[in-house]
Amino acid sequence: MEHIIFYIFSAILVLSALMVITVRNPVHAALFLVLAFFTSAALWLLLEAEFLALILVLVYVGAVMVLFLFVVMMLDINLTVLREGFTSYLPVGALIATLILIEMALVVGPEHFGLDSVAAPVPHTAGYSNTQALGNVLYTVYVYPFEIAGVILLVAIIGAIALTLRRRPQTKYQDPSQQVLVRSKDRVRIIKMPSEKKRGGA
Amino acid sequence: MIALSDFLVLSAILFCLSMAGIFLNRKNVIILLMAIELMLLAVNMNFVAFSHYLGDDAGQIFVFFILTVAAAESAIGLAILVVLFRNRRAINVEDMGSLKG
Repeated sequence: MEHIIFYIFSAILVLSALMVITVRNPVHAALFLVLAFFTSAALWLLLEAEFLALILVLVYVGAVMVLFLFVVMMLDINLTVLREGFTSYLPVGALIATLILIEMALVVGPEHFGLDSVAAPVPHTAGYSNTQALGNVLYTVYVYPFEIAGVILLVAIIGAIALTLRRRPQTKYQDPSQQVLVRSKDRVRIIKMPSEKKRGGA
Repeated sequence: MIALSDFLVLSAILFCLSMAGIFLNRKNVIILLMAIELMLLAVNMNFVAFSHYLGDDAGQIFVFFILTVAAAESAIGLAILVVLFRNRRAINVEDMGSLKG
């Protein structure tokens, strides 16, 4: 049963990865990448990494891929220029990828990492919590890397804002500090003048 | 039972596909970024598989940090992409040099 699930999800994952790199439209590529992430999350559930599987769906599908789609749809891209060279690079690219795949498969294949060399682990009992196990290690042994990860995210926020922020001279904006500093004598002028008679009979 | 080598070969296939994607879509920065995300996913799958089969949680911690760095990387990459598009009205990789100070 596990075998069938594994092979179905693997086939979907490989096919969607293939579609990501070959489809014309970047929006379709992003959607196929979403499918690839979902399928990988399912495969990680098979590996009993429940926390990471859910984080993958939440962070990648929920945040990163939405950001991708947002940028792809915001930019008005000329598709024909971008496809130049696709067919001319196809033979050599496919050849090199296939060669590297064969080499990697020879190294990590069943004769070195099969079930007889690395036995399948005993499944955890019903009360086991993957999230708790990760949290126990993350906040004790790996607390400094965890803080560095927070700093990296902060740098990414500041960097993304600093790269895309631009001052437009023609934009009108309010300056709240100037608004607060205004006194009534700056705005209202009281003029002394003699009273005037009403003209005509009313 | 599924063997460790099955997961390793699967992630090797994923890695090679994304590398071929970098070869094929050299002009399109968006697809390049997506191929890099796919590559990181392949690496993460290796980490999770080894962590499961060797019974060590450290591998999953590493995946956590890789996810963090990948999110930061794609945010910065897309910001650079937006700047490139604003300056050149195109996202050709060869125009990247025009962003120099």
